[in-house]
Amino acid sequence: MSHDNIAFHRKHMLPEAPPPVTETGAIKWLRENLFSSIPNGILTVVSAYVVLTIAMAAAPWFFNGVWDSPSLSACREMLDGRTGACFAVLTERWNQLLFGFQYPSRLYWRPTLAFVLLFVAIAPVLFIKYTPRGLLVLTGLYPFIAYWLIWGGSIVVPVVALLGVLFGAFVYRRTMTASAGVAVIAGIVAAMVFWWAAGAVTAGLSGVMALEPVASRDMGGFMINLMLGVICVSLSLPFGILLALGRQSSMPIVKWICVAFIEFIRGVPLITLLFVANVVLAYFLPPGTTFDLILRVIIMITMFASAYIAEVIRGGLAALPRGQYEAADSLGLDYAQSMQLVILPQALRISIPGIVNVAVGLFKDTTLVSVISMFDIVGMIRGPILASTEWNGVYWELFGFAALLFFITCYGISQYSQWLERQLQTDHR
Amino acid sequence: MAAETQMKVSDEVAIEIVKMNKWYGAFHVLRDIDLTVYRGERIVIAGPSGSGKSTLIRCINALEEHQKGKITVDGTVLSNDIKNIDRIRSEVGMVFQHFNLFPHLTILENCTLAPIWVRKTPKREAEEIAMHFLTKVKIPEQADKYPGQLSGGQQQRVAIARSLCMKPRIMLFDEPTSALDPEMISEVLDTMIELAEEGMTMLCVTHEMGFARKVANRVIFMDQGQIVEQNEPEEFFNNPQSERTKLFLSQILGH
Repeated sequence: MSHDNIAFHRKHMLPEAPPPVTETGAIKWLRENLFSSIPNGILTVVSAYVVLTIAMAAAPWFFNGVWDSPSLSACREMLDGRTGACFAVLTERWNQLLFGFQYPSRLYWRPTLAFVLLFVAIAPVLFIKYTPRGLLVLTGLYPFIAYWLIWGGSIVVPVVALLGVLFGAFVYRRTMTASAGVAVIAGIVAAMVFWWAAGAVTAGLSGVMALEPVASRDMGGFMINLMLGVICVSLSLPFGILLALGRQSSMPIVKWICVAFIEFIRGVPLITLLFVANVVLAYFLPPGTTFDLILRVIIMITMFASAYIAEVIRGGLAALPRGQYEAADSLGLDYAQSMQLVILPQALRISIPGIVNVAVGLFKDTTLVSVISMFDIVGMIRGPILASTEWNGVYWELFGFAALLFFITCYGISQYSQWLERQLQTDHR
Repeated sequence: MAAETQMKVSDEVAIEIVKMNKWYGAFHVLRDIDLTVYRGERIVIAGPSGSGKSTLIRCINALEEHQKGKITVDGTVLSNDIKNIDRIRSEVGMVFQHFNLFPHLTILENCTLAPIWVRKTPKREAEEIAMHFLTKVKIPEQADKYPGQLSGGQQQRVAIARSLCMKPRIMLFDEPTSALDPEMISEVLDTMIELAEEGMTMLCVTHEMGFARKVANRVIFMDQGQIVEQNEPEEFFNNPQSERTKLFLSQILGH
């Protein structure tokens, strides 16, 4: 081979060519993924055997299931020795599983309607790009409507609450130009004053457009889990953001308060906080004040979740390059603007998996309220249903059903969050 | 100072820095900086890395705080007052080494963000201004893309357009071409040259000595946090006075 002719120059640039056509299809997939080597093949066969065995055992239990029977013993008679589930407990106690055992059955339509409206209310938030901005009004009105539907009572209460919020927001807007911090405090104070004044004025109006009131202690079932989950997640997100920003603040007092709060809450088990809500909190309140148990639980779970979300968001904030802060600063954006327009949209996007993780965990943790004698779905199963003479001993069906409800919800949240992440992916890495 | 008067392009003072000092902890980064920038001047700041040149221009829009001395920008004395700082920042444009575009916003949104929120310009008008400057930096067709879809040179030109949309009276450039592939440097420099020709007051930290020769009317050489030498580019490159400057020039022009 001679070396004297290495000079070369290309006369034509090569066109882009398609990849070589090799075998494709199911056979190729199987060979590559399931039987690529001998150990892999053995594992495939063993796994298939295990999956099949479990499925074979579960199938008759599931398909022989009895859906209509008044009690476990009647159900066993119907099965007549065959393996089979007693799903009848689900149909017979359906309403108890969903609404608890004390919610008046003629009023079931109210929480059901609130549940349906929930989807109308959160759709504009979840699919903000694809729904008109105006629909967000529905989201804003929803908490007040849902409160009225679920707890009943005069419509004056939620209307006053709504007006108080609007008044507070108005005062906030008006004082915004002075300083954001002052404006927040002014807004809160204005809302409080409004509620206090309006409460006195409307005291005699408790009969106006009144729905039959239902007390918190009469609520139960999966409804409680959903209520706590939705309320606490939606409250803990804004609080978490504020705590995360507060923790980064250059003002030492704000920073210390946030750090102390986060570290304290994270260091304490949720169940302890729930006991505090249930028992201890009463000692700190003035005698005679009745403080709704659900409200106390909401406050505790929200505090708990906020601390976790704050830490997740802090991670997102820390992941942003300093240049983003500097670019926002150099354009003359003030603190609130740079956070709202530049920093948080990016930090929150990074934090989505973590936030969803906390939200899903929180939703499942709402079953812990069963230990402070609230009859959520787990409380209902362990208490009134399993303790009844008809259904004593039906474990798999009931807990399986509860697990299924939670799985559907949590899987849905998870799928949504992954979709959202793809939507917000603009950096094309 | 005959040289100083000769270098002026107008009598109006844009930036005045008097005996400015800055420390990072115990490290004395900037020492007794005195610098007067006249309206319409194009100043190139050169020097070895760690000499404090970036820190100097970052002090001008308060991205870095100085501990001693006085900085006056456009007649406003830089103080700790946040309103004051925000006002100066909205008058002073800045272009960064790593572009620092906002990746979650389109090119157009990047350019209209500050005019809409800081200047309260109506959206339609802000978009017109943005398109004007995007056309000027020759990428109006990319307006609806995201920064991640653009090349480095294009991103840096967007960054320049984004600053210009605020109609700044002074532009600061912090090594605008250092993070670019060689093929893209010239497109950014061309944009900067065009800007200079329109009479923008510019302070550029850069290693592009060709740019300095062509555009600057003053070159400042810094070392160890001090201004070591400043002169017109011809004199600066052909007849450097200090030993340190000579060494620096021989190193960067040696190849």
